[in-house]
Amino acid sequence: MGKIIKIAVRNLLRYKRRTLLTATLVTLGVVFVLVFTSIAGSFKQMMIGQITDSMLGQIQVHRHGYVAAIENLPLNMNLKPQAYGRLEEIIRQQPEVAAYSPRIKFGGMFSNFAETTNIRLNGVDPAREFATVPLLPGRITSGAKALDRGGILIPELLAKGMNVKVGDTVVIVATNQSGSVNGKQFKVSGVLESATGPGGRDGYVHIDDAAELLRMEQPEISEVAIKLKDFGRLHRVEKRLGAALSAELNPMGKPLFELHTWEKLSPFFSIAKMLTLLTLFIKVMLIAIVLVSIMNVMVMAVYERVREIGTIAAIGTPPATIRAMFLVEGLCLGLFGAIAGNVIGTVIVLIVNASRISFEFGRQSGLILKAQVSPPDLVAVSAIVVVVSILASLQPAFKASRMEPIKALRHV
Amino acid sequence: MGVVIAEHVRKIYRAGETEVEALRGVSFEIAAASFVSFVGPSGSGKTTLLNLIGCLDTPSAGRLTVCGTDVSTLGRSAGAGFRGQEIGFIFQDFNLLPVLTVYENVEYPLLMVRKTPEAQRRERVLRLLDAVGMLEQKDKYPDQISGGQKQRVAVARALVTEPKLVLADEPTANLDHATAALVIALMKRMRDQFRTTFVFSTHDPRIVGEAEIIHTLEDGELTGSTSQGGANG
Repeated sequence: MGKIIKIAVRNLLRYKRRTLLTATLVTLGVVFVLVFTSIAGSFKQMMIGQITDSMLGQIQVHRHGYVAAIENLPLNMNLKPQAYGRLEEIIRQQPEVAAYSPRIKFGGMFSNFAETTNIRLNGVDPAREFATVPLLPGRITSGAKALDRGGILIPELLAKGMNVKVGDTVVIVATNQSGSVNGKQFKVSGVLESATGPGGRDGYVHIDDAAELLRMEQPEISEVAIKLKDFGRLHRVEKRLGAALSAELNPMGKPLFELHTWEKLSPFFSIAKMLTLLTLFIKVMLIAIVLVSIMNVMVMAVYERVREIGTIAAIGTPPATIRAMFLVEGLCLGLFGAIAGNVIGTVIVLIVNASRISFEFGRQSGLILKAQVSPPDLVAVSAIVVVVSILASLQPAFKASRMEPIKALRHV
Repeated sequence: MGVVIAEHVRKIYRAGETEVEALRGVSFEIAAASFVSFVGPSGSGKTTLLNLIGCLDTPSAGRLTVCGTDVSTLGRSAGAGFRGQEIGFIFQDFNLLPVLTVYENVEYPLLMVRKTPEAQRRERVLRLLDAVGMLEQKDKYPDQISGGQKQRVAVARALVTEPKLVLADEPTANLDHATAALVIALMKRMRDQFRTTFVFSTHDPRIVGEAEIIHTLEDGELTGSTSQGGANG
């Protein structure tokens, strides 16, 4: 095999300009795919991180049917203490769960004593909420990065519109499950930067304050947000936790809980899917580039070396060896392009990172792009190029191995 | 028993409805370690006959035995295997591989066809290069040596596998007379040294006389055989 590789490399170097052009084309394709995959992948991961870690959570569990009616924030579909207790028990049995946070979601009226407007609120346990959505404290642009009883975190658009500042007293009026109205004073403890996606413009109060406002004797939970230790195991946990939850039935024999990953709760998932599709499309383009360019070179190589093929066939070279010679030639060309492309692509990604390119996502600005070249991507792109190079060389290689030596030797 | 035995060998080429009979039932026998030439004008069937003997083509009729094997029915892979084991080729245009050095060209059949171990390969290649006087040029590429030198390398390549038979189609056609005479002399010397049968075709009257047995072909028929009494042993 060493000798075949040596002959293949020398044959490639025989037509330096053509080899260089083809290798450059393959290299450019690999660079483009690698840089695009790294930037798009990192952008996607960053956005998913922003969405799940700043408000949504990676997984949410509700009472069955709640999500279908989530726009109304129906208090009658909250989990009763007993159901929540069972849910907590099941969640605690999951070793992959890093943190979880129960929430009471409700709508109310927000008043600064001069004006009144609508507000959507989450009643949360601050310590557990900050552990489950760790980017939430970072969204507090003014005020303490904490939430104590009697305090309220309000979205910045509301703060601006209602001319409310940190330290001001406001009133929240809410209707409870039985229809009675109750009001409670809160002190604005912080202003929240808006985030793109569901829940991105909600306010936050302490869960005990929410229960008091809604006159719950014990907190009735609208949803439980979950953060995993390893986001990569999302679907495995979804399956396992989903199976455990589906065993829990209500008195009517129907499922008590429903589980959703962030993908089913955020419209950004469609954009993420589009990015994945675009990456796939770019990879298909790479396949086309490698296939066409290497096949072209190898067809030319066979055509130009007909007499040589005739000679080696005449002196007894087995057809399989002739085939291997051309396959290895195509493989070497692809391999060179893949290696050069990987190196150049990685350097470009490092330059992009060093440039600290920032971008905006919804109302979030100044997000720094941190593109990452992942080893699986390097391996995948290299594997695509190598496999396609071999495929592209198959037809010319078979053509060469099937040549009649007598005809090949006569070729002019 | 002869190295080559041809019995009523015919070769017909078909192009559409046209049939051309290149060989019209030729019969002959070539003894081991002989130095044989097929002569005749262009189109007389010399190359066709050498192609058949070299298993590069199959006869349309008749029986052709080379080195004890009936080669009339050998398939592609079997033919390649047989050529690699029994036959050496010397081509009119030398046909050295341009990406290989002189040493590597001679080594090629041992490495890619016979899979001979490195030490044995090296010993044989150096011995052959020494025998054809190309040892000092062993690291040069074909485009760095003359036509005569190329043909000497081709002779070494044909002999390196120690074949029973070496076929040379017009081996001196692209050489000047002096170089042609040197190459023929070299082939004879190799025959004497390695006891290999040499069969070559030519229509060059200047070297015809170098052969010890001359078969004359005309219009696909063997019209005469002359023995010039040269030493073949």
